[in-house]
Amino acid sequence: MRNGRCRQLEQKQMTREMTGAKMVIQALKDQGVDTVFGYPGGAVLPIYDEIFLQNDIRHILVRHEQGAVHAAEGYARSTGKPGVVLVTSGPGATNAVTGLTDALLDSIPLVVLTGQVPTFMIGSDAFQEADTVGITRPCTKHNWLVKDTNQLSAILHEGFHVATSGRPGPVLIDIPKDVQFATGTYEPAKPNASHYQPIVKGDMEEITELVAAIEAAERPVFYTGGGVINSGPAASQLLRELVDATGIPITSTLMGLGAYPASGENWLGMLGMHGLYEANLAMHDCDLMINIGARFDDRITGRIDAFSPNSKKAHIDIDPSSINKVIKADIPIVGDVAHVLEDILKVWKARGRKVNREAIAKWQEQVSAWRRVNCLAYTGSEKTIKPQYALQRLEALTKDHDRYITTEVGQHQMWAAQYLNFEDPNRWMTSGGLGTMGYGFPASIGVQMAHPDALVVNVAGEASWLMNMQEMGTAAQYRLPVKQFILNNERLGMVRQWQELLHGERYSQSWSEALPDFVKLAEAFGAKGILCSDPADLDDAIMEMINYDGPVIFDCLVEKHENCFPMIPSGKAHNEMLMGEADTQGVIQAGGAVLV
Amino acid sequence: MSALHIKKGSTRHSAYNLRPTFSDVQEKHTLAVLVENEPGVLARVIGLFSGRGYNIESLTVAEVDHTGHLSRITVVTTGTPQVIEQIKAQLGRIVSVHEVHDLTVEGASVERELAIFKVVGEGDKRVEALRLADIFRANVVDSTLNSFIFEITGAPEKIDAFADLMRPLGLAEVARTGVAALLRGV
Repeated sequence: MRNGRCRQLEQKQMTREMTGAKMVIQALKDQGVDTVFGYPGGAVLPIYDEIFLQNDIRHILVRHEQGAVHAAEGYARSTGKPGVVLVTSGPGATNAVTGLTDALLDSIPLVVLTGQVPTFMIGSDAFQEADTVGITRPCTKHNWLVKDTNQLSAILHEGFHVATSGRPGPVLIDIPKDVQFATGTYEPAKPNASHYQPIVKGDMEEITELVAAIEAAERPVFYTGGGVINSGPAASQLLRELVDATGIPITSTLMGLGAYPASGENWLGMLGMHGLYEANLAMHDCDLMINIGARFDDRITGRIDAFSPNSKKAHIDIDPSSINKVIKADIPIVGDVAHVLEDILKVWKARGRKVNREAIAKWQEQVSAWRRVNCLAYTGSEKTIKPQYALQRLEALTKDHDRYITTEVGQHQMWAAQYLNFEDPNRWMTSGGLGTMGYGFPASIGVQMAHPDALVVNVAGEASWLMNMQEMGTAAQYRLPVKQFILNNERLGMVRQWQELLHGERYSQSWSEALPDFVKLAEAFGAKGILCSDPADLDDAIMEMINYDGPVIFDCLVEKHENCFPMIPSGKAHNEMLMGEADTQGVIQAGGAVLV
Repeated sequence: MSALHIKKGSTRHSAYNLRPTFSDVQEKHTLAVLVENEPGVLARVIGLFSGRGYNIESLTVAEVDHTGHLSRITVVTTGTPQVIEQIKAQLGRIVSVHEVHDLTVEGASVERELAIFKVVGEGDKRVEALRLADIFRANVVDSTLNSFIFEITGAPEKIDAFADLMRPLGLAEVARTGVAALLRGV
């Protein structure tokens, strides 16, 4: 009897009349959303009313809309689920633009809901009116202005479908206030309602050609990217199986770290402008490059006409526009990474699990020789904390924890990518494509919301961190134990490095003047502040940070003039890396220092 | 001078100076793009061209399937083969785009454009304009004692040729629709 009534009730909830505002909440529930990051305002008040009247969806009140979007990105990247944002019209929407662009470039699934002035006032320059769909058209995967409450539920479900299908990305749904107030019919999500159905299976002919190339290759290398992580945990598993079964060395972009474990024996480390020597040289000298879910970004390729000159290039990507955009692919495969890897493994196994063992053993030897160069070596110091040392200690003291890392943008980000090791996907959240300073702190909040018991550390620079420091309020309000590990060199370190190397040491505007006392700042928000300037105290200080149950600002005063190496200078090839200070100071001729 | 061999003060070394060495032959292609007929869809297509620096030579758009909510956008664009491929791929990833066809490579196609010309003149010039219009099968759709409006339909090259002939005869104003195109056969 009770069951029957429940079922009737459920039936009723599926298709029924309700206000637009209620539809928003209903659609979020139906899509399995548990957390929304947002900030209220006039044009979204009806939706906030509905949030007030329910307990299924947590709303996290941020301190700035940009923070809401980055927090949702952190949530999305650490869970694989879409992040959801709710902000008001006008300034609420425009403040979300940086986050949307960031998510678009890094292919992060987001559903951003914005309030809009009532339909009858659109175009009248009403209070807090902005052409939100116009402004966000180039920085979303798709967006909608909902003009009729009866269309709202279908658009909300389509929004989740578009954000998460194919190459993921942010979508925005602009909902005028009268559409929120009006009553209409709520329709539950229907499978295959959308014409947008990207191809996930790769072409078998191309896959077979790739397998044949793998069998014959003498110096193959896997070059993997964020697409592996976006494809889901199965993709990482299949990648590990393929790499370990073939013994082919593997490198990854900044976005793809964790897809293959850093402890894996075929791991080369990150490649690119600040990538590892062995990774870049393997890319340069390989005879078969297998790009899986990466996009030949300019930070990766360096000079195009000198990029891996003697290799056959296979490119697996779900987005056809990524293929042949920058680098001509000899074996193009359009499809989802997990699906394609599954087929590659199937074909490779069926053909007898062949690889050119002898040649690959020789290639691995070469890779080992490059590894012995120890490109991440740096000059230590007993007086000042070297940023590399700080990260090595952070790695040593946190690696056994259930750990998630976010970063801001700059030198600290590259050092974090070099010195921290990631064993699993979805553990590393960083702004890759857009390079958004101010990303890491709100992202760490989103990650912590999704993983309340995990250790979430934002590796930051002091300048980046200040860009969204208002989110201390959010961290304090929700008692989120996010650790803000600030490598404070009182400089915009990466800008300073470029000015030193490329602009005649004219350090124009690249220092952090009038910095706050971070310990007092933490205390002002009821959080813990830790200051550390002596390498001898570092371990104890990091342990104190880990063990404190609450938000921590860790002000780590580091060497001010440290440069990030290895570095491929702009417009140079992979084998023209600068390995350390000596290279840049002309003590050693560049040609001699850069071993090929 | 650092080991980078860059003179102090030089600004010629930019990270973005990384153009690949693809073919630089410019080609003209006619693309037919079938899109969802919804607000903003034209802005998405045009925004793609302007945002990524592609050329638009001509563009026409109108609803072609009322029940299916589909509009057809015909774009004539120029670029290197690699850029043309990119344009097609980028158009294809717009969520509102259903189909992208490159009529220039998919087979023989029919391209038509409609134009109207206002030609102002008297005496011999007026007679000559009317005679040429007849040769080009242009129709007179308006006339005063010292002007004509001609309507002409044809491939863009034919319309260009007609415009060239009318110029010395008093061509005052031109309005062109841009190209509409279909593949021949089935």
